[in-house]
Amino acid sequence: MTGNHQMLALVLFSAFVAVTLAITTWVSRHRQGSAEEFYAGGRLFSPMENGFAIAGDYMSAASFLGISGLIALFGYDGLLYSVGFLVAWLVVLFLVAELVRNCGRFTLADVVASRMRERPVRIAAGTSSVTVSVLYLVAQMVGAGSLVALLLGGTGKAAQSWTVIGVGALMVIYVSLGGMRATTWIQIVKAVLLMGGAVTLTVLVLVRFHGDFDLLLRTAAERSGHGDAFLAPGLRYGGDWTSRFDFMSLGLALVLGTAGLPHILSRFYTVPTARAARRSVVWSIGLIGGFYLMTIVLGFGAAAIVGPQAVRGSNAAGNTAVPLLALDLGGGADSTGGTVLFAIVAAIAFATILAVVAGITLASSASVAHDLYASLRRPNAKPRSEVAVARTAAVGIGVVAIALGLLARDLNVAFLVGLAFAVAASANLPVLLYSLFWGGFTTRGAVWSVYGGLIPSVVLVLLSPVVSGSPDSLFPGVDFQYFPLQNPGLVSIPLGFLAGWLGTVTSAEDADKARHAETEVRSLTGAGAV
Amino acid sequence: MVPFCPSLGMQSSAGRPSRREGGPESSAEAHEGRDTVPTRTGVGGDTRFDDPWYDALASGWGELDGTGAPAPAVPSARREQENRGGCAADVYLEVQRSAAFREVRSRYRRFVIPGVALFFSWYVGYVVTATMAPGFMARPVMGAVNVAMLAGLGQFLTTFLFTWAYARHARLRRDRAALDLRWDTQELTRGLRGGGS
Repeated sequence: MTGNHQMLALVLFSAFVAVTLAITTWVSRHRQGSAEEFYAGGRLFSPMENGFAIAGDYMSAASFLGISGLIALFGYDGLLYSVGFLVAWLVVLFLVAELVRNCGRFTLADVVASRMRERPVRIAAGTSSVTVSVLYLVAQMVGAGSLVALLLGGTGKAAQSWTVIGVGALMVIYVSLGGMRATTWIQIVKAVLLMGGAVTLTVLVLVRFHGDFDLLLRTAAERSGHGDAFLAPGLRYGGDWTSRFDFMSLGLALVLGTAGLPHILSRFYTVPTARAARRSVVWSIGLIGGFYLMTIVLGFGAAAIVGPQAVRGSNAAGNTAVPLLALDLGGGADSTGGTVLFAIVAAIAFATILAVVAGITLASSASVAHDLYASLRRPNAKPRSEVAVARTAAVGIGVVAIALGLLARDLNVAFLVGLAFAVAASANLPVLLYSLFWGGFTTRGAVWSVYGGLIPSVVLVLLSPVVSGSPDSLFPGVDFQYFPLQNPGLVSIPLGFLAGWLGTVTSAEDADKARHAETEVRSLTGAGAV
Repeated sequence: MVPFCPSLGMQSSAGRPSRREGGPESSAEAHEGRDTVPTRTGVGGDTRFDDPWYDALASGWGELDGTGAPAPAVPSARREQENRGGCAADVYLEVQRSAAFREVRSRYRRFVIPGVALFFSWYVGYVVTATMAPGFMARPVMGAVNVAMLAGLGQFLTTFLFTWAYARHARLRRDRAALDLRWDTQELTRGLRGGGS
């Protein structure tokens, strides 16, 4: 990779940063400083805008570079991943989006707290939301650092560290100055760029193979050295029983976790009604589904055109498959076309990371200020100060994320995204579904279900091979591995549901029928929704 | 109809206040109203005013022209209670018991429960087959395309189909009735607050 790539990529990326900062400044000029404005952007985004923003929030660099890289290296097993990421949206659409929009105001805890004793429920749901967000955030920060090293050739530690610090500083600026309105527009811009980049590359790949998908698959299988096995499941997850159960665990976490991700839930509050929330999910399913279909073409295209050997040689995890593919499609390493396409892909990957971290930071600052601070503070603060708390929380979360990102810089943190989904599915989804659909659900059930999903999932990961006991672990030197799977979802998700049920049936108090009636009527009709 | 259909914005809630006396418990009238008001109530992009919740003027009309009409039986019985929270809670319990609400709820459940069961078992079946029976998934179908590839692309296709079906069902079978109920419920709670204070 020559200096030209890096120069052009840096210029394009600086342009994106300039545009996003301009958006932030422009938005904060009109700022009113209300909680409605800061957390929900005034609730007046259109379904299409919100659909793009949801897609921008959800499609991380892990999807763009990671999944197509997995396909390029392991063929079909990478595709298995993307199916889970997409089908998850049906859970969101059918069970969550409209009802959450109708019942809540800003966060997940709002929905649960509306029919429970507020304080314990808010503390529990706030804690699990912040946990999920921080896990996801650290994964993105570390990813940003290694992306720089990969794409710009900046292998030095200093370049990585400054990238982590720069990304953290930018996300704090976006969130604390621009709130939800700036974050949403940044996500929309990013989603448009990402879709544009993916469409361009997909068309180029298909043109290269004369629109013959079959030929593309056959070439990829030949080039991979695995033959037809490349087009069937099993190359990555097909080994022993542990790795098979591991994939099932991950698949379950992916499909159930999306509906519990705090930064996804908070996006539904930016539209005026439940109907608009539904239509934004329909938009985002169209965009996300189309995007993952294109990553399939890009992944097999990278295997067929670049070849798995070259991809693996550049980065063992396959993260450079798409940039290398872009270089080749543009005409090769020394051509102008190759340089331009490579730089565009690199800049889009940066933009992707920035938009995703901004969304997560906003959601976690909302959890801190609206749920945790509001429950733990002395009851004499003015309501207006909540936004100030949220801004401060955004700075605090930024500092924590930068610190953890720097600490974990050299560690293999790819498991963190899967873990964030597993925690969301174990701690957030059960309490959300029980609150919306179970009349007998009580406060104790709610608290137990959150902690009953959160604690097992975190403990199981600490005892898993990703932390200790294998050469790839965080701490390869020690061995306190007692749980065989890398992803805890298969065990911790049922535990979360079980704990909620157990807490409810052992509860001394009965469920409040009237407040359940209110939740049910409001969730299905939108009466009294803000 | 496609899921992305543009909504026809309704500029004001004309026609709504006249049905207000019926209350949520009169499902027959709600159904009748659904037929006689052909306008689709939609809420689109910049629609602060399409939404009855934002429409302060329209919500006041009910109080004005409703004076001569017999008050809804339930609220008038509750109106003597001083506790506003209790009143609102009673309204929600009453709405929850009403035939109109039970109809909306059962329409939602009758679609969503089988739908979730179907796509979830199809997804779990797909993942389990892919991990447990890779040999079956590798069986070639046509050219380089095998069972696994068809199943994976099938997941994409069914996801789009489920999305379309859900959006269509919600738009045609639930939206109107839910909006009527929302309107009626808010009228009842607001009427109570007015009476109590």
